[in-house]
Amino acid sequence: MGSRTPLYDAHVALGAKIVPFGGWDMPLHYGSQLDEHHAVRRHAGVFDVSHMQPVDVTGAAAKPYLQYLLANDVNKLQAPGRALYSCMLNEHAGVVDDLICYYLEPGRYRPVVNAATADKDLAWMHDKASKFDVSIKRRDDLAMLAVQGPAARSLAEPLLPAAVRAAAMALTPFHAAEGDGWLIGRTGYTGEDGFEIMLPAAQAGMLWQGLLDAGVAPCGLGARDTLRLEAGMNLYGQDMDEATDPLAAGLGWTIAWQPPERNFLGRKALQARRDAPDLPHCVGLLLEGRGVLRAHQQVLLGDSPAGEVTSGGFAPTLERSIALARVTPAAAAAGHVAVDIRGKPIPARVVKPPFVRNGQPKLEL
Amino acid sequence: MSNIPADLNYTESHEWVRDNGDGTVTVGITDHAQEALGDLVFVELPEVGKSFAAKDACAVVESVKAASDIYAPVAGEVVAVNDALDDAPETLNADPYGEGWIFQLKLVGDDPAAGLLDPDAYQRVVDDEA
Repeated sequence: MGSRTPLYDAHVALGAKIVPFGGWDMPLHYGSQLDEHHAVRRHAGVFDVSHMQPVDVTGAAAKPYLQYLLANDVNKLQAPGRALYSCMLNEHAGVVDDLICYYLEPGRYRPVVNAATADKDLAWMHDKASKFDVSIKRRDDLAMLAVQGPAARSLAEPLLPAAVRAAAMALTPFHAAEGDGWLIGRTGYTGEDGFEIMLPAAQAGMLWQGLLDAGVAPCGLGARDTLRLEAGMNLYGQDMDEATDPLAAGLGWTIAWQPPERNFLGRKALQARRDAPDLPHCVGLLLEGRGVLRAHQQVLLGDSPAGEVTSGGFAPTLERSIALARVTPAAAAAGHVAVDIRGKPIPARVVKPPFVRNGQPKLEL
Repeated sequence: MSNIPADLNYTESHEWVRDNGDGTVTVGITDHAQEALGDLVFVELPEVGKSFAAKDACAVVESVKAASDIYAPVAGEVVAVNDALDDAPETLNADPYGEGWIFQLKLVGDDPAAGLLDPDAYQRVVDDEA
């Protein structure tokens, strides 16, 4: 048996198919993953993401510590309430994890890390904190819900605490508001508008039920995966891991090279690789033949191996199969490749993610 | 509770087999299988005219989660395939024992139930997986 979120019984009562995920027993879907996907693109869906691990980093040296720990620069967070996506690298520039870091107030930040890597991440963060005056605290007292879709924010509004409601509704993307123990971010992992909400675990059931009563669809990990794939967002453990540096994972844009004197973990190793001519490219693929792209399928340029699918699947919004793939520069430039599906080369077009944003396809089908 | 019709035979790999009484059988996947797979999004049908031994992989169904092989439950030659599944693979979820049939085989042997499970035996297979 895995760990259970405060909403586990509510998932079971809704008939969820429960699967193990990163040490947790989580809902995969509540009947139809496709219906849940469409609900988020067209109206609103809610995900229990309480398996994700918020961590509070506090103290006088919280900022310099995070500037050392993360490849992106928290100095970009000039005002409290701003959020930043970053990789956390090891000395070899391998990705220990990816995370969103919220700046709450001077000397107080909240990175949110992945469930499956949480123990490893915490050990890593403690290990790297020895020279800094910081306190690092797991927030196991919090639950986390993601409410996503074009109607998500307006349906969530009446359920937010009065103390933070107006501030939450005024948020621009990648900003967050805090109050009454809640942290409400205008962030997500679906390519749609919405909130990610951290709140005291005891209040999670009320918010969950309130959202369902308002017509928000309960959504599981299955729809979360197809939504993030259509949005062109990487999944840790699949599109990158400790054997991959962010340059090879299409995450070069998250590395803050300036200022040059900021000596973040992994910087030296990354710099050495930065100008390598054979650096793989991360691209999107749209399958032109019949079939479904899946992780680990081989990409072919002519008859020669030219890369690998890192995440693939059926894109419900496009009714086509799509993938994220790591390919050679030649394959990326070619525009058309093939993918080996059960021994047959099936043609695919190289495209630039995202595939879908705010309900709309971002490419010609 | 998954639906296991009494007038069909089954395999341990979750195909169902209907004896058409004319030397052919119709094959599909069970209600239990479609539920375990989740929403089906793609079907690769066998070629009409191709022959398979029992337990040969002969078709593929893909759900939002993964690809699964479909095995020939008995030896035979493919005499018909359900082309409608190309455009509507979701029929496998909606009506696995009816409109969601996948292919028909002309039997090589005389026994349309050779090596297959009866409904009670298949129920035990499903129960063991739970």
